[in-house]
Amino acid sequence: MDFFGAYSSDNVLFLLEGLGNTLFVAAIAIVFSFLLGSIIGILRYAKIPVVSHLLAIGVEIIRNLPLLLIILFTKLGLPEVGIQLSVFSAAIIGLIVFESAMLSEIVRSGLTSIEKGQIEAGRSSGLTYIQTVRYIILPQALRRMVPPIVSQFISLLKDTSLAVVISLPELLHNAQIVYGKNSNYVMPIFILVAAMYFIINFSLSIAARKLEQKERKGTKAAKATISNEPYTGSTAL
Amino acid sequence: MPDFSILTDHWDTYIEGFLTTIKASLLALVLSFILGTIIAVMRIAPIAPLRWLGTLFVEFFRNIPLVLILFFCYFALPEVGLPLDGFQAGTIALTIYTASFIAEAIRAGIMAVNTGQMEAGRSSGLTYIQTMRYIILPQAIKIVIPPLGNQFINLVKNTSVLGIVAGLDLMYFGDSISSETYDVFNVYIFVAAFYLVLTVPLSLFVGFLERRLAVTS
Repeated sequence: MDFFGAYSSDNVLFLLEGLGNTLFVAAIAIVFSFLLGSIIGILRYAKIPVVSHLLAIGVEIIRNLPLLLIILFTKLGLPEVGIQLSVFSAAIIGLIVFESAMLSEIVRSGLTSIEKGQIEAGRSSGLTYIQTVRYIILPQALRRMVPPIVSQFISLLKDTSLAVVISLPELLHNAQIVYGKNSNYVMPIFILVAAMYFIINFSLSIAARKLEQKERKGTKAAKATISNEPYTGSTAL
Repeated sequence: MPDFSILTDHWDTYIEGFLTTIKASLLALVLSFILGTIIAVMRIAPIAPLRWLGTLFVEFFRNIPLVLILFFCYFALPEVGLPLDGFQAGTIALTIYTASFIAEAIRAGIMAVNTGQMEAGRSSGLTYIQTMRYIILPQAIKIVIPPLGNQFINLVKNTSVLGIVAGLDLMYFGDSISSETYDVFNVYIFVAAFYLVLTVPLSLFVGFLERRLAVTS
């Protein structure tokens, strides 16, 4: 094992460049899969005939496939139907397809976890269905969804490493190049790369746990205030 | 329409990969369940160093990518005199990775069993391990079945990483068929179908268990 040689500034910089690409791809995939996942989750929750059913089938198929297969298919299968993608686009699109299916399930179950009575209450107060969902259901559901969404982001960040199969120059890919130069570098490089992934993901999981505790306390406090408040009859909207 | 001649021409190859995928899933399931249970019990053990070890295991392996563990088993272990083939490296990596998630699920299940049960067992003269084995764990298992089911579905999907290190699974043979036929699109459509044959019934079953256990509890 050659720690000094393995951790030369060139090698470390090359690994950091890979880490940068990992974070870049993950960040773009997170933003788009969050948007797409929310839209799909809300459409499925709204139970629009046909649309909701088609989305349900699509989500179930994608969720039950290995992400590795989706990434390989995006890079190698799509050119046959005339869609050529760079490794970056293929990795990002593969991740978005898979993760938005996963996130849509989180959004949908978050929305369904809010009591039906709230919709009835909103509708009877004269709000439209969309207003009720937008101002009453969504804000409550979002708070419940935050912890599982953060966990899903951690998975996404880890899953970015699967793009090593299409030679995306991310952290694991660059690590392979570095330890391929000298067999004495293998262990030191694995230690360093594991540490990089661990530090980022562990900090995120701690954040997720904090949010979860806060959410739990928040719900308890909210319940307490509701039950402590004397009933004052209808409040003007 | 997908080209079904690919499926019929390469049926034996697909089946060989499919069976390896099932074999790796079952093997990793049993091993990670055993390892995960041991780690979960360690994490709530009355001895502090055991707890630290358990926590270290769970936090470390949950927060690094599966492919990194796989590459470590396949590329780094031979450097220290432990050569593994693709199937072995893949199954070991899957076992370690999945065990960290299973340990968390089981720990949550154990915590959900009333603490009075432990006290009752201990005051009846059972040892800590006996109480765990005969009183707490049997009850905890019921609570953790749905999350474990979900972990198993993930495990089946994750066996696809065996393909990266020539683990002779569905993914690996998909790659070899496509380099023979130059028809990646159709070949992978059927690979996907084989995965769905495994995962869709599993997730329907887990969904059924979730609803059923929710009604009874």
